Amino acid sequence: MTLLTIDGLQMYYRSEAGYVRAADDITLELERGQTLGLVGESGSGKTTIARSIIRLLPDNAEVVDGSIDFDGTDITELTDRELRNQIRWQEVSMIPQNAMNGFDPVYTVGQQIVQVIRHHEDGVSKADAKDRAKTLFDELGIDPDRVDDYPHQFSGGMAQRAMIALALCLEPRLILADEPTTALDVVIQDRILDTIKEMQAEYDSAMILITHDISVVSETSDRIAVCYGGRIVEQADAATIIKNPRHPYTLGLRNAFPDIGDSDEELISIPGTPPELVDPGEGCRFAPRCPFAEEECWDVTPEPEEYDDGHIVECHRADEADELRSLAEKRETWMDTDEATPTPAQGGDD
Amino acid sequence: MSLETSTADDDSLDRRKLRWQRRLEAVRNWASVLKEDRMGQTGIAILAVFFFVGVFARPIELSVGPVWATVQPFSLAPYEPGARVAGTGLQGPSWDHPLGTTALGRDVLSQLLVATRVTLIVGIIAAFMAVFIGANVGIISAYYGGWVDDILMRITDVVYGVPFLPFAIALVFIIGASLVNVIFAIVLILWRGTARVVRSQVLSHKQRPYVESARAIGASDVRIMYVQIMPNVLPLISLYAAFAVAWAVIAEASLSFLGLGPPGMISWGEMIYDVRSAGALREAWWWVFPPGIAIMLFVMSVFFIGRSLEKVVNPELRHTK
Repeated sequence: MTLLTIDGLQMYYRSEAGYVRAADDITLELERGQTLGLVGESGSGKTTIARSIIRLLPDNAEVVDGSIDFDGTDITELTDRELRNQIRWQEVSMIPQNAMNGFDPVYTVGQQIVQVIRHHEDGVSKADAKDRAKTLFDELGIDPDRVDDYPHQFSGGMAQRAMIALALCLEPRLILADEPTTALDVVIQDRILDTIKEMQAEYDSAMILITHDISVVSETSDRIAVCYGGRIVEQADAATIIKNPRHPYTLGLRNAFPDIGDSDEELISIPGTPPELVDPGEGCRFAPRCPFAEEECWDVTPEPEEYDDGHIVECHRADEADELRSLAEKRETWMDTDEATPTPAQGGDD
Repeated sequence: MSLETSTADDDSLDRRKLRWQRRLEAVRNWASVLKEDRMGQTGIAILAVFFFVGVFARPIELSVGPVWATVQPFSLAPYEPGARVAGTGLQGPSWDHPLGTTALGRDVLSQLLVATRVTLIVGIIAAFMAVFIGANVGIISAYYGGWVDDILMRITDVVYGVPFLPFAIALVFIIGASLVNVIFAIVLILWRGTARVVRSQVLSHKQRPYVESARAIGASDVRIMYVQIMPNVLPLISLYAAFAVAWAVIAEASLSFLGLGPPGMISWGEMIYDVRSAGALREAWWWVFPPGIAIMLFVMSVFFIGRSLEKVVNPELRHTK
């Protein structure tokens, strides 16, 4: 069953220079209990997309168009109070990037979990809430007695676990994990991801996992959406994105991560910088950095097109994917655009 | 402690229990911090002496209509502070008058002890009112920002432009010199510093991830302001409260020194004013120094307490191993 449907969402930031199109024409679906990975560079809009679900955005953010349907409720239509009392944390909770700072430093972690439970659920005694916090700590592999500790007494990994406990304490149906492991070392990262997966299965929550690390999502997610320049340029189930991506950006992103078996190889990075999102104009937003860009790419914004079963790509040349895929593995392909000045005349170079 | 001022809810009995538990805990925390804090101990000891003197300097009598009752019969002061006990006027210290007498032959020690009461009342009431106003203005201004911030901060700026003494002189001249009016004048000026500093601190706290977490969790604005952010700026507020007590005492002394103090009440500032107007400033050291030293000690003790309070409210300072 579908839990979350984002349809044509346009979430812009007002700025002096005009609208910053942080999330443009976003269309996503999430099934119950499923995990969606949102991948992309900094500034690609992945965080904006996730946060617009609980409207946790700066004051200058504005939903210009589109809807966010959460189990039959359009979240964009809710008042702040309704959002606060019905959606936030009870239905949708969040695991922030830096858990240490996510806790209020003047209360113990236990107190904060207790506060959250008692704030949202009527008639729960302090002792009961604390017991629940302890049980959660136990499940997450933290000594239950540490509920009485202050956040600064936790290590990074433990604070992240405690944050997961906080995120799960109301058994929400959707968890937004905003780069939950970025601040941690690789070993802890892996364990935390395992823990998140286990708990998610146990509580049957859906999750949106935001990360810039494609390897993290590949092992955790059922489905992956790749963000670029405020748009979702490609989405499909995890295996397809990893094995048969069609969008040149995804191809480049795949190159930019190390392969253990081939460690001598220098990584191939995508040249250029992410696009300016104030008035980006027509054309594919990736075109200036795309080694395969043609004239059409500069002039016409590509429409999302569905290939086999749920594989949606926004690229004019997506049907030539097999050819592009082999080209993308070569270093020279990406070197060329680095030197070339990105002007419309110098489109494709294959 | 004021951590839970806004947790109004239905299950009030349970809440009240929780609130008292937290208060007890806070007191216990402070007690444990104080064990290792010489400065705080000194401050509390000095302040305790002042409180003791303030309460027991002269008997306290209450009157409700025609009924009179003596609430506190003890008198530390050996003489009535206004009584002319030494006929000859200005006298140096002696066994009868340990701190000598005033130009009008009144006992300086008695005056000093009795003046403590006025100082405590003015200092504490004025400071807490001022810090209460200042902290709220600061928190609301920073948290809401925009036009709320503009209006509140422009008012603060205007108040910053007002010099205290001329303002207080004019105000007391217009509305009359009384204890309440002196406190009023002090509060009207004193809140500005707290407001600005608390605002800047809240501006920074507002951006921290824990506030965002609180918002994600579904906390309302009031809850975020008073339950999440306020405890974090409480060290600063308590420090400013300590400053404010000190400043209020000095302000009251200044007003009294200028002859604008509450009439019929002897305060330390008033005593120094009397010395000056008697023209005895150069010779009567026994008359000038005691109130001066008392003001200094009082201000110092309050400041020491402020310092140790900082450790109680900020667990990070406390748990350093």
